Amino acid sequence: MSPQLFAYLLEGLLTTLQLTIGAAALGLVFSFAAGIATCSPNIVVRGAGRCYIELFRGISALVLLFWFVFALPYAGWQLDPMWAGILALALNIGAYGAEVVRGGIVAVPVAQIEAAVALNFTRAQRMRLVVLPQAIARMLPPFGNLLIELLKGTSVAYIVLIPDLTFAGQIVRNATGDSASVFTALLILYAVLAVIFTTIVRLIERRVAKSLGRPPTPGFFARIKGVKSA
Amino acid sequence: MSQSATEAALTSRKDGQFIHFDKVTKRFGDNVVLNDLCFAMGAGERVTLIGPSGSGKTTILRMLMTLMQPDTGTIRVGEDYLHHEERGGRLVEASEAHIRKVRQRITMVFQSFNLFPNMRVLRNVTEAPVHVLGLSKEEAEERALGLLAMVGLDHKIDSYPSQLSGGQQQRVAIARALAMQPDVLLLDEVTSALDPELAAGVLDVLRDVAKTTDVTMLCVTHAMKFARDISHRVLMFCEGKIIEAAPPEQMFDSPEHERTRSFLQSVLEES
Ligand SMILES: Nc1ncnc2c1ncn2[C@@H]1O[C@H](COP(=O)(O)OP(=O)(O)OP(=O)(O)O)[C@@H](O)[C@H]1O
Ligand SMILES: [Mg+2]
Repeated sequence: MSPQLFAYLLEGLLTTLQLTIGAAALGLVFSFAAGIATCSPNIVVRGAGRCYIELFRGISALVLLFWFVFALPYAGWQLDPMWAGILALALNIGAYGAEVVRGGIVAVPVAQIEAAVALNFTRAQRMRLVVLPQAIARMLPPFGNLLIELLKGTSVAYIVLIPDLTFAGQIVRNATGDSASVFTALLILYAVLAVIFTTIVRLIERRVAKSLGRPPTPGFFARIKGVKSA
Repeated sequence: MSQSATEAALTSRKDGQFIHFDKVTKRFGDNVVLNDLCFAMGAGERVTLIGPSGSGKTTILRMLMTLMQPDTGTIRVGEDYLHHEERGGRLVEASEAHIRKVRQRITMVFQSFNLFPNMRVLRNVTEAPVHVLGLSKEEAEERALGLLAMVGLDHKIDSYPSQLSGGQQQRVAIARALAMQPDVLLLDEVTSALDPELAAGVLDVLRDVAKTTDVTMLCVTHAMKFARDISHRVLMFCEGKIIEAAPPEQMFDSPEHERTRSFLQSVLEES
């Protein structure tokens, strides 16, 4: 493969990373906003959260992306394709993330909230100081899964000509005609990215477990050995 | 003791009633847990509630902690209604702001400790003084260290709750409650989740609190010796009603009511 084609792939890889990280960050904001909203005592706020979740879970990221790129311009809005990609992916993943946030919040024992009431914390303080820090520990593993889903989902972007990894792969394939090695390279690159993301989430999980005074959940090998060493 | 003597003991020993339950009723479905309950406590008074399981003891404490609402009737703490406020000469449901103002004077220690697992011991005790009372971090830590020393845990300030024994956790929970400098301390079977040995340590701490502070205490407990040591009055509950009220010596040594006698008998056999 020529250096130029290799540079193509590398650029595609960077674009995929940008899409994933951008959509993950924005999606996290949507997740927490909507997830916390669904736990609000205020019926309007709760309804808004629910609507967001139901609406954007039902719309695929691809359709959303088409709409941003090809329909929105009619309303006088021309989004940069990259931003359209990030926004579409974030809105979609955020709807799933909101359910994760909600699940984490409702899993915090009621007794914890009662203890916070007994200390006369405000509602917001209860959420911020007591509930969320405990809930986040439970959210991390499903968030890790969503991140991998998101990474795989970014490849829809090539359809609107965002030069991501899949797009770059197509170009290199057209230039070389070597489908086998190009797609093998793609396969490996996506897998490597996934492993890197998973590892990062694991590290965060460990830190959070430590901040709750829990020993980190042992990995597979530690568990096998743990039987005698424990 | 005659009926009227029970009534006399129902009202507080001291002048200036501080906590008033006025015709409080609480139902869960068809289950009438509290039925037109009236009783009062004076400031600084220590009262123990005893009675069979399901008689509504926890319900009373939870209502005082605003974790539950009475169906009818009112509860007053000092001059203020707890679940209601007066607006335009009428009693209406209290706003969150009103509840928080009155609740400031009350706190509770739970059977299952309920320390915050995401905070180390010191922060468990300083968090509310900082965020609710508005103390500076230094002031809150100074107060917390004093209280943790009192409960014998000043060497554990950097531990997480999960690294402590049940008895230690409960002593931290007591320090956390006292850090709010409450007027009223509610204790709901704070030692029933503990082994006898650990329970003894916790009860000693509470005896200390009773001796050295004038905090109003309302406790539910099966530790009868402890109840006898610290309480001014013991109230016997049965089916949502107070069937007997007396100073501890009288209640434990010569109970009036047949139901009280059989209940005390069963508690004695158990321990
Ligand atoms: N949230 C609830 N929903 C339905 N019923 C309840 C609820 N809380 C309490 N009860 C009922 O109210 C009654 C009184 O309960 P409470 O917990 O006050 O009893 P208790 O005197 O504290 O008993 P114990 O000694 O077993 O702790 C019981 O019959 C219980 O089943
Ligand atoms: Mg109870």
